Amino acid sequence: MSRIQPLNPERMRLRDYYLTRLRLTGKNFVKFLYKLSRNPSAMIGLLVLLFFVFLAVAGPLIVPVDPMEVNLLARLKPPSWMDGGSEENLLGTDQLGMDLFSRIIVGTRISLMIGLLTVSISILIGTTLGLLAGYYRGMLDKLLSRFADLLLSFPWLIFAIFTMAVIGPGFNNLVFALTFKGWVGFFRLVRGEVLSEKTKEYVDASRALGQNNLKIMLREIMPNILNSIIVLGTLRMGFMIIMEASLSFLGLGIQYPEPAWGSMVNIGRDYMLSAWWISTFSGIAILVLVLAVNMLGEGLRDILDPRMRRIE
Amino acid sequence: MQTSRVIERILIAIPVIIGIGIIIFLIMRLTPGDPVDIMMGQAGHVSEREVELLREQWHLDESIPVQLGYFLKDLFRGDLGMSFTKGRPVWELIKQTLPATIELAVFGAFFALAIAIPIGVVSAVKQNSLLDRVSMATAFFGICMPIFWMGIILIIVFSINLNWLPTYGRIAYDVRLQEITGFYIIDSILTGNMPALASTLKHLIMPSITLGFPMAAIVARVMRSSMLEVLRNDYVVMARAKGLGEFRVIVKHAMRNAMIPTVTVIGLEIGMLLGGNMIVETVFSWPGLGRLVVSSIFVRDYPLVQGVVMIYAFTFVFANLIVDILYTYINPKISI
Repeated sequence: MSRIQPLNPERMRLRDYYLTRLRLTGKNFVKFLYKLSRNPSAMIGLLVLLFFVFLAVAGPLIVPVDPMEVNLLARLKPPSWMDGGSEENLLGTDQLGMDLFSRIIVGTRISLMIGLLTVSISILIGTTLGLLAGYYRGMLDKLLSRFADLLLSFPWLIFAIFTMAVIGPGFNNLVFALTFKGWVGFFRLVRGEVLSEKTKEYVDASRALGQNNLKIMLREIMPNILNSIIVLGTLRMGFMIIMEASLSFLGLGIQYPEPAWGSMVNIGRDYMLSAWWISTFSGIAILVLVLAVNMLGEGLRDILDPRMRRIE
Repeated sequence: MQTSRVIERILIAIPVIIGIGIIIFLIMRLTPGDPVDIMMGQAGHVSEREVELLREQWHLDESIPVQLGYFLKDLFRGDLGMSFTKGRPVWELIKQTLPATIELAVFGAFFALAIAIPIGVVSAVKQNSLLDRVSMATAFFGICMPIFWMGIILIIVFSINLNWLPTYGRIAYDVRLQEITGFYIIDSILTGNMPALASTLKHLIMPSITLGFPMAAIVARVMRSSMLEVLRNDYVVMARAKGLGEFRVIVKHAMRNAMIPTVTVIGLEIGMLLGGNMIVETVFSWPGLGRLVVSSIFVRDYPLVQGVVMIYAFTFVFANLIVDILYTYINPKISI
């Protein structure tokens, strides 16, 4: 019978270190939820965001009027509480008589979809390239970093406007134009983090245990930089929603009569004198959604990644 | 030491400019189909000769690398091509609209910094006071607010309802101004034309506020957080211990160092200012570069769009170059 040999202190230390690195789920998640519940602005942000998600999913089922229904007899009708308004159109109608309230509810879907899609694709591309560049360095890293720097030397909106001008409006093109530059932020974040994580002991430990590179990247390093990615992703989502709205406002994104908030604000601009409600309420929807996303994002940053506070 | 750093920094900007040119060239080639066909289809009533000219100008019958070579060569000669909707060289159109844009950008930036830096400093000094909370909440709003909407709300409130400020343009129609430099403020001062100066300033208020607000929001937040960090340092305690007045401690000792991260952020925010410029000019019908490019997108005047985008991108590179150089002067640590 072989006796179990006690580990020598050096190996014990390595093993403990290695184990703590793996303990990321379960208890820590409960701790995270507790911290989140104690952060009022993050909670408000989360609840409002969930409400918007509900609207995006259930929107077409709960709207009082068909958001695409043209009713020229009821064009430019004011909100229900004003003279000339009716119960039927709570926030009034636009120049084609389409119900503003229903359109704002249904428009949630476009804003949220763009926000989620552009951020997810950016995370996917940026994280993959960042992991590879930071882990392997070499030529690939040099090339990608130079390209990223180059993209950064374009102002965001100008780059997006230019790309949309060339490839034309539409949902898919919008996602393309926004992710074309969107991955750079995640790439730089992940690359930088990988460079610093790579030098830590737990990476050496797992290498000593015979893990291959792919496993080290995905199972060891990734869990440790996930927090930063989540935080940046949330904050980026608010930004992407504003970008989509801005492009749609300029007529380059989602086109009227599709119910996108940005293009609704734009339509209202022609009727500022007579029908202030079109631009005003559509814009409030954008503002509230972005506020919610950013409140959640800044709350998450305080909880998950306090170091990032400095980068604003 | 500093001079060599400055020269090095200027040299780094050259490959960046070439790179930007290449990216713009490549994106232009993403057009679905033949760009000349698309442009001409939009323009309507064009002669064979014009189509030929455009093809020649863009070297469309050559291979892509050769096209790129021609493109970069023209770029370095300062030749941005011809706008076919306006029938004039792109560069000429840019020169004509640039003063309006610069005037607006300068006022926007001035508004942003004049508000943001004092607010950031006071918020840090009086941390957690009512003023701090209100201004940081406002700044948070500023970051989340779509500026096109803010511009429209300002117009609805201050022009349409209160009738205090004009809705669009740079100057009232009935005010005459002799153009010298193209900058209306400077021109009206040079010619001693007070009604024109008043009208120009009135027209500048809402667009500058709209343009500067997001920048003000971010700069105020950064200024506050870097000020908070600096105020904890030993040398601030030391300055107080020496018996210096609070004002002197804050302005001369703390603020100077707190400005270092702020300047970096200002450099990055110039990008926001340039992008926001296109939107603000559209909202307020401001006859500058931004409106020129937005309106030329819809008629597919690609040479004009490409030229103006290039100017914007170069301005951003150039502005950051200046910020970097400025940085080496305010942060003595870097120059060693």
